[in-house]
Amino acid sequence: MTEITAPPQPARPPRSQWLDVWDQFKTHRGALIGGILFILIVVAVYLGPYLWGIDPTGIDIRARNQGPSWAHPFGTDQLGRDMLARMMAGGATSVSVGITAMLLALFLGSFVGILAGYFRRLDGPLMRLTDLFLALPLLPLLLVMMLLFREPLSSAFGLERGIFILIVVSIGITSWMPTARIVRGDVLAIKEREFVLAARSIGATDTRIITRHILPNVLSPVMVSATLGIASAIITESALSFLGLGFPPDFPTWGRLLFDATDYLQQYPERVFWPGLAISLTVLSVNYLGDGLRDALDPRIRKR
Amino acid sequence: MTGPLLALRDLRVCFRTGHGGVWGRKPVLRAVDGVSFDINEGETLGLVGESGCGKSTLARALVGLERAAVGEAIFDGRDILKMSPAEFRPLRRDIQMIFQDPFASLNPRLSIGRILAEPLFIHRLARNRAEARAKVAGTLERVGMDPDAIGRFPHEFSGGQRQRIAIARVMILAPRLIIADEPVSALDVSVQARVLNLIRALRRDSGASMLFISHDLGVVRHISDRIVVMQGGRIVEAGDKGRIFDAPQHAYTRRLLASVPRIPARGV
Repeated sequence: MTEITAPPQPARPPRSQWLDVWDQFKTHRGALIGGILFILIVVAVYLGPYLWGIDPTGIDIRARNQGPSWAHPFGTDQLGRDMLARMMAGGATSVSVGITAMLLALFLGSFVGILAGYFRRLDGPLMRLTDLFLALPLLPLLLVMMLLFREPLSSAFGLERGIFILIVVSIGITSWMPTARIVRGDVLAIKEREFVLAARSIGATDTRIITRHILPNVLSPVMVSATLGIASAIITESALSFLGLGFPPDFPTWGRLLFDATDYLQQYPERVFWPGLAISLTVLSVNYLGDGLRDALDPRIRKR
Repeated sequence: MTGPLLALRDLRVCFRTGHGGVWGRKPVLRAVDGVSFDINEGETLGLVGESGCGKSTLARALVGLERAAVGEAIFDGRDILKMSPAEFRPLRRDIQMIFQDPFASLNPRLSIGRILAEPLFIHRLARNRAEARAKVAGTLERVGMDPDAIGRFPHEFSGGQRQRIAIARVMILAPRLIIADEPVSALDVSVQARVLNLIRALRRDSGASMLFISHDLGVVRHISDRIVVMQGGRIVEAGDKGRIFDAPQHAYTRRLLASVPRIPARGV
């Protein structure tokens, strides 16, 4: 044997894994553009109101239905409210609702999916629960939830925050089922792979197997549902506002703006255009972002 | 050193297959049907049989991956089949398994360093990362790999290299019983011999016992001291390597031996 007494040191210093992830992410052009766009949208809707001082709910009846101008770059609506200010205020709500509702749905869906896929005894009950939720008519359920919880939550957290929590929770608990099904299917397949058996045979606990061996390998479908989830959460929120179940009518969200603008579609089509474009761009950028992240987090693709 | 390291007594593993209709009883498949044998300290026992004869099920039962196993498996004086998972966990260190498919047995999301450090942390054999890293690098050298592999991922390696890494994961725990379930049958013929010699050398150096499972008689002959022949979940013949190969008693063993393709020494 060669006389190596000191522990052999690898030639390459241990490089942070996140640096590799970032390197791979940069090579995905769509993801990079999507990420930048998403950051721009987020910055615009959260910081924009501090730069653009016009009150989004301020009514100026003499300046109603104006086209784009220096004073009102996106024009004004039928009550003379500045569209740019409303777009930014609405975006702040819509993006927050979208992200938090998606996170909630993702957490619930992954949790149920992993438990159902991993523990055979829980599989039946949990998947029947998922079927039950899928079979529930969504709109009446949301209606009942709004009716039951609107007042108590509003009085507990204040009107806007109460409704925000209510909407996020109702979207979250009505949209986790597809994620749960996808995750369960993947877990069932991965659970039988030999590396999971190997982990068990070296004495790993269930928690360790789930967090280190199964969860990272179901990341791709979870990422895809996440990006689709933001989109559908924004759209569901719009639908709720449209039905008068969401935020109060004078409180702008992208969905609400879209709804208000449909009445004037013939005369002022640009008013539909802005919120529609904002929703589409957000959804699109998040989709690309998720795509790039999924690739960047996969070591097989990363080192290619 | 008195008595065998592992003594199997009447081991059975049954699976329910299909539904068997509404009223009928579910048909039961006896994958392992009353198997008994001993493995002594420092001995390599070869287990041969055609595919589907219950070899792998037997191996899984021994490392606690098959909960349906009944019978007795006395390891070092204690029956491992009667233990709860929590009781068995500390013993897992002593009974380690090399899996067949090196492409499936390494988690693609973890670096080699993490894969090999995991058993150390689970069994508290390393106090910190630096210590684990040193042990991992040392073990990689033992299996003939460059310690540089620590920061790389499984997909960057060939089948033979992956199997070496899987072997390193087993050897890093210094087990007393190695269960090798067809460890070379997924590899190229050109790599098989080298990995096989590595397993043999590591076993000899560590003094561990080994249950070597294969359908390849040539491989089994090369590595084992004694041989057990299985057919349809039962043992049909057991004995020393020389006896089995030179004077097989059972008809199945004879057919198995006759089925090995022979390459003429030279010329046709």
